[in-house]
This record gives sequence, C-alpha cells and structure tokens, in this order.
Amino acid sequence: MSYEQPDARGHFGPYGGRFVAETLMGPLAELERAYAQARTDPAFQAELAADFRDYVGRPSPLYFAERLTADAGGARIYLKREDLNHTGAHKVNNTIGQALLAKRMGKKRLIAETGAGQHGVATATVAARLGLSCVIYMGAEDIARQAPNVRRMRLLGAEVVSVTLGSRTLKDAMNEAMRDWATTVDETFYVIGTVGGPHPYPVMVRDFQAVIGEEARRQFLEREGRLPQALVACVGGGSNAMGLFYAFLADAEVDLYGVEAAGKGLASGQHAAPLTAATGRGVLHGARSYLMFDEDGQIRDTHSISAGLDYPGVGPEHAWLKDIGRARYVAVGDEMALAAFHRLTRLEGILPALESSHALAYAHELAGRLGHEAAIIVNLSGRGDKDVESVAAYEEAKTCRA
Amino acid sequence: MSRIKGVFAALKGRRAALIPFIAGGDPALSATVPLMHALVRAGADLIEVGMPFSDPMADGPVIQMAHQRALAAGATTRAVIDQVAAFRRDDGRTPVILMGYVNPVETMGYEAFACACRAAGVDGVILVDMPPEEAAEWRACAVREGVDTIFLLSPTTPAERLAVIANASTGFLYYVALKGVTGASHLNVADAAARLAAVRASSALPVGVGFGIRDPGSAAEVGRFADAVIVGSAIVERMAAKDTIDEVLADVEVFVRDLRAALPERASRTSS
Ligand SMILES: Cc1ncc(COP(=O)(O)O)c(C=O)c1O
Repeated sequence: MSYEQPDARGHFGPYGGRFVAETLMGPLAELERAYAQARTDPAFQAELAADFRDYVGRPSPLYFAERLTADAGGARIYLKREDLNHTGAHKVNNTIGQALLAKRMGKKRLIAETGAGQHGVATATVAARLGLSCVIYMGAEDIARQAPNVRRMRLLGAEVVSVTLGSRTLKDAMNEAMRDWATTVDETFYVIGTVGGPHPYPVMVRDFQAVIGEEARRQFLEREGRLPQALVACVGGGSNAMGLFYAFLADAEVDLYGVEAAGKGLASGQHAAPLTAATGRGVLHGARSYLMFDEDGQIRDTHSISAGLDYPGVGPEHAWLKDIGRARYVAVGDEMALAAFHRLTRLEGILPALESSHALAYAHELAGRLGHEAAIIVNLSGRGDKDVESVAAYEEAKTCRA
Repeated sequence: MSRIKGVFAALKGRRAALIPFIAGGDPALSATVPLMHALVRAGADLIEVGMPFSDPMADGPVIQMAHQRALAAGATTRAVIDQVAAFRRDDGRTPVILMGYVNPVETMGYEAFACACRAAGVDGVILVDMPPEEAAEWRACAVREGVDTIFLLSPTTPAERLAVIANASTGFLYYVALKGVTGASHLNVADAAARLAAVRASSALPVGVGFGIRDPGSAAEVGRFADAVIVGSAIVERMAAKDTIDEVLADVEVFVRDLRAALPERASRTSS
C-alpha cells in the first residue's frame, strides 16, 4: 500500500489543511519551513534521540500483561508502556520535539492547551528544562478534575490560565491558546498537544509520536517473531493512536482500532466520539475533520469522564484512515472505562490514565473475541495518578445517588 | 456597479468610509434590523454583521460574549441572513457584509449560503478562518451569486502573500491593523499607514482598516490614510453595558455619529 499523506498543503484527502485567521498564516509557514529543515537535519535528529533516551527514558517497555490476558480469555495482551515515560504519558515525546524546534527558531515563550493536564505538564517540563517561559490554557472544569496536574505545572514554573468561557474544557482552552498566539506570534511558540490544528501540526506531532510504533513493532517482532493481530489506542485528538499506528500502516494484516469516548452513551448525545458517531465533518481549530456540531454548525458540548478525550473534533489523519478503511473507530463509555481502570490496577499493579482505560476496555473485549493464538498491543498512553482523586469523587457521588 | 463599489467610488478622494460592526442577534434577533437602521442614520457607509459562532477563535472577550448572547437568544446563520433581508426592505442602498467562521457556512453548504446571501441582499462575506488557499470552492459559489469575498491582511502577512490575497478578494481588502484578536488596543497607527502603502502597491482595491479602533480619535487617525475605518468591539462593548434595547439604539447612534464626524474630509475631490 502506498500511503503518502498529507499533500504539500497539509491535506489528508479532503481533511486537514490550514483554516486559521490571516495573522497566523505567516507564522505557520515559518514553522513549516523550520520543521522541514529540522526533520532532515542529522543534528536535530541526534539531539531528539538523545533526549528520548536520557531524559524520557526511551525505549518504553513492551510489557506482556499475563493476568489481564487470562482475565480476558483470548488473545495475548501487550502494553506499550508510555505511562513509564518521564512525566507519565506519551505527551512528552511531542513536547521535547517541539521545544527543540522552538529553541532553533529563537522563541522565548511556550504556550499550550491542555485537557487532562498531561500535555500541560509535559510542556511546562520542557520549558523549565530549556529556561523558557510557559503559559498553559486549561478549561475551568478540567482544572477542577485534574487538580494534581495543575499543581505540577505550577511547581514547574508555568502559569496556568483558567478558561471560563464556552464549555470550559479542552476545546475552549485551544481557542484561548490560539488567541494568545495571534497576539504574541513574534516571541511565542504554540506547542499543540495532539495531531490536530492547522498544517504542519498534524504531521509534525505524528512524526514526534511515531517513535511509539517504531519501538513497539521492533519489540514485538523480537518477542514473537511476527506482527500483532491488532493495535488498540484511545483517541482524543489522536496523537498516541497515530504514534502507535504509523509504523504499522503498511502492514495490512495488522488491524488498527482507535477508541473514542462514548461518555454516557452515543445515543445520549453526551459523548466525545466524532468518528464513531460520524455525525458530520467540519472545520474547527485550523483543520477539516470529523466534528460534533448542531444543525447550524455550532460546536456541540461534549462529555467524557476523561478530560483528555473530552473534545468534539479529532486529528484529520484519523478522519482519512477511517474513510479509506485502514483503521476502525469504536467508542467506550464512562462506566466501561472505569471498570478497565480498576481491572488493570488490581490485576497488574498498573494504574492507567482514564484516557488509556478506554483503550484497555475495548482491548479486553477484543482479546476475548480473538483466539488464544492472537496477540494485540494496547497503547498505555499514560498513568492514572492524576485521576485518583476524581475517580474517588465520581464513585462517591455514585454511591450517594444509589 | 455593486453597492460596495458604488460606495467606495462615491467617497474616493473625499473621506474614508465608516464600517461599524454589530453581532447579528445581539442582544436579541429583534434588535438587529433597528440597529442596522440606526447605524445608517448615524452615518455608516457600509455595515458589517457578525454571524454567531460558538468558538470565535479570532475574537477577544467582547465579541465572544456577543456571540454567546446571540446564540442564547436563538440566533443562527439563517436567522441573521433573514435580518439582512428585512433590513433591505427599507434600505436598498447601504452595503451589508456578513462576517463569520467557516463551520456554520459549510454546514449550510457554500452553494445554499451564497444563494441565500444574494437573495437577502448581502453584498459581501468575510470568513475569518478561511484563507484564500482553502477558499476555491467557496469563491466559485460566491462569484456565481455575485457576492463579494473580502479577505484579511495582517501585519504578519509576508510580502509574497499580498498579491495572492489581493487577487482572491473582491469588493475591498480588510487590513487587520494589529497582531491579536478583536478588541485589542495596541494599535500602532504609523505602522498601519506604512503597511497600507505596501498593500496599495499590490492592489487597486479599496483597503479598510480594522482592529484596535476604539474611539473618534483613533478613527480620525486611521481615516487619514485608509479607504474605510472598521469599528467593532468598541460598539459591541457599549451595547453590552446598556439595559434595554431602546438605550442600546440611542447610545449606538450617538457613538457612531461621533465616529463619523471624526473622519477627516480630504482636500482633493473627484467629480462623480
Ligand atoms: C494519557 C493520555 N492519553 C491520551 C490522551 C488523548 O490525547 P491523544 O488522543 O492526542 O493521544 C491524553 C490527553 O490528554 C492523555 O493525557
């Protein structure tokens, strides 16, 4: 299969592109040039590789989850342990790359949006390390439900700005970050946290996250002497999924599953599953993709127990992979994700992020369906320390209602 | 000749056109048509009406809140177009420009939207998050229906893009005078004047200047060199501070009259 996406202007088929106000067009072209240079510069790649090894702790292990496998009663389940990365999630792969680029471009200030706070922490971390100033935009609702990460960002020296307009979640944080960038373009580098936004972000973030799949493919081949039957990853904007999938795109025999948040159920409308529900395609935050909006094109409020998946859009490359049938997209609701959160914690001694718990929930079901001969890889995109308080609060509230 | 062309031709060499902005449906749909007429009475030469969007990324808090009020009051893209049609029943002369974001327009469909605009008497459209590179399909529909597409220029627009944008635009060009969002106040008039000279070298279209013009003083300064002076947040902000629609109408009319009075007349007159 030949897969040459995106085109020169950042289109994945009809998706992607660069839908931003004119003020950002020049800076995006500048970023595109700087990234094109860095991408083929051995010095940049060497610096990135060294940071991945010495600062992030890569390669992350591919762990065979024996008791989880027994519980699911089918395919062997391997976990790609992005939760063991420095700062506790895959997000740091991307922020290291973008921060190195910011340094090359002479930018003195990093800004970012964050939902779960993992991308905010990963951005604040690289900013501290490089001595750059850092502002993180975060929805007021997410600030409340991911409090530990807010404290971490502040310890790292970042200013965390609470966004109180709109739905007060990731979408609104991204609006505010774009407004900041339009105002401060000369000195600021906008570190987008997922494979979304205007070109070149989707391709750049994919490239920085692709290390996940490159390692996993090699590790799995060493371990099993063949390729896995399937890959499973959660999809908010889609960066950990794209990172895992990319090295396997040409391996047609490997099934790719992206797991969105079904929240309170697709039928309830209270979800964050634009690909699975396939309610429409539209333009938000600089790119065309699947998107959740009403009959007038107004963006819908979303719901997920997981702040990192609580977003009405999705990266344009996933839209394309869905349309060409290379990847399949499914959705898992709050309750199933919570059950998977507890299951992994109790069976394997690993506390997963609520985001990753969506992938774990689907993988459990899938492994049960596949035979014992099969093996699958789940991207354990992050650790769940940040979710301990909010899971407790959620379950307490449920007991009270019951 | 289109209404937009006609207005700029009539004002050429005399003074800058005044283009006030209001958000359609703010504070209520029923206020939009009376507001448009009040703007004309106060001396507006063209009128810009915002189409509501849930996520107005290029707008500061004042216009964000206006969009939220409008949406809460039931405004939609279609409803705003309907207000223009109602305005047109009593005013066949003043050009009306709709300004908004791509998603609601795409949801309606470019074809249907362009057609509805023509039927309602909308003269031009600004889609903030649609640069010329992504606009081929929309422009084809707009041209077919005789609706102008006004693209934005900004202080960050590289020289080589000026011509691309100028070639894609019809009606006039909109120079965003500062790096930032609507409602910002760090306007540098000398910079804007210098940039405008460069823009004029790549295009014969009239050039309007907006963002950061907040009062008669700044309108007067920009009015010395721009073909049009565009004022948005300063108007919307005053509206938000009033309690009743009658107060809003009265206050806006006084404010816009002051803006208009501040625009300098130019010495050289062209005979029409
Ligand atoms: C651990 C973890 N996984 C997944 C996500 C979702 O992002 P993406 O779909 O870009 O991987 C987040 C986002 O905050 C996260 O923190």
